[in-house]
Amino acid sequence: MKPAPFDYVRAASLDEALSALHEAGDEARVIAGGQSLVPMLNMRLARPSVLVDVMRIGELARIEHRKGMITIGAGVRQAQLERWAPLAGTLPLVASMMPWVGHAQTRSRGTVCGSFAHADPSAELPLALLALEGEVHLRSKKARRVLPAADFFLGMMATAAQPGEMVEAIGLPAHGIGTGTAFAEVARRHGDFAIVACAAIARPGGAIRLAVGGVADTPQAIALPDPSDPDFDDRLNEFAWALNARDDLHASARYRRDLVRSLGRRTVEEAVSCRS
Amino acid sequence: MPKLNRDTRTDVTFTLNGKKVTARSEPRLLLTDLLRHELGATGTHVGCEHGVCGACTVRIDGEPARACLTLAAQAEGADIQTVEGLEPEPGGMSPLQAAFREHFALQCGFCTAGILISLKALFDRKPGASEQEIREQLSGHLCRCTGYTPIVRAALAAQAQMREEEPRNA
Repeated sequence: MKPAPFDYVRAASLDEALSALHEAGDEARVIAGGQSLVPMLNMRLARPSVLVDVMRIGELARIEHRKGMITIGAGVRQAQLERWAPLAGTLPLVASMMPWVGHAQTRSRGTVCGSFAHADPSAELPLALLALEGEVHLRSKKARRVLPAADFFLGMMATAAQPGEMVEAIGLPAHGIGTGTAFAEVARRHGDFAIVACAAIARPGGAIRLAVGGVADTPQAIALPDPSDPDFDDRLNEFAWALNARDDLHASARYRRDLVRSLGRRTVEEAVSCRS
Repeated sequence: MPKLNRDTRTDVTFTLNGKKVTARSEPRLLLTDLLRHELGATGTHVGCEHGVCGACTVRIDGEPARACLTLAAQAEGADIQTVEGLEPEPGGMSPLQAAFREHFALQCGFCTAGILISLKALFDRKPGASEQEIREQLSGHLCRCTGYTPIVRAALAAQAQMREEEPRNA
């Protein structure tokens, strides 16, 4: 239960961090808050030979709201986002999720971008990124690129980030006027990993999007008709089956499908009722 | 750029309960082990070592955090408070600690140090925290003795007493 040895680079600037990542290639891992990485180090599920600490880089610790897009830097801790005054107005879906992200004692250190980079299939923040159709800003020593959420998550704890690349920031579109959002989750204990988590968005024009986490290897989303539509339940049921739920220690596949159907309907109905 | 070699022990300096301390650490050393083995601050307990149980909770720059999920090197320059820093004078007890004794909020005491730190951080930030908020804060800790009810009772009693003593804080 102690990490294997590694070198540790305390980067003072983004250039330093990117150079260190470039040099070490796939032997390196970025450490930000460390709330997902350090357990993996302690259990030796991860054995990087170099850790690059990016938390001393001032420019990464910013939340910016510009042209309808909220950009959250790699150094922003979850507690910082949770207490960011404009959160409830600009990202109400994220605001309603934050109390479910780990515990207060891990949100104090864990970063927002770290949760995306770790890509746990039951984590709430990646679900928000997919539901809101956000984007991931990747940066390496030589290049930068922006990926839509759906292209970033490749599988269970697997992302499109290449060796030498780090998540520099994520972008989430700010809440549109009249849009309704809702979030619900079932877990064994508040703050534990979700068995099923649902996020629904109902746009004023009628478009409805439901994203589900905790079931497939990555969060998945679907466009749905109005819950009053006779096809609604069939479409949701097809989606629940298409997620290929598996039995595990925490819940059976059947229970997970049941939760997708019940929580899915409930969150969509709530999102529709908040729409104006 | 400071690069610490895996085999080399280097100095880490931070403030521990108001006093500046320096200790030797290799990069992979956890803050829990630095506190206990290098500094002898054994009030912080080590349970699961992967962030689930909460026994090792300390305050880092005022925030409650898992010392077992923090590398000692990450604590460089930080302000850290452990359970040893709660006593108002040597041998004395803070209102929170006294309430824990009064209300039988511990049995074996293994989880207590972490819980005291989490509650202290909550009340410092939010003196009027509701019972629901207290319970949410406690959801980051495991206690296998008490069933939590006496812990909530002690927290509410301590909160009432602290607000009486410092009404401006309310």
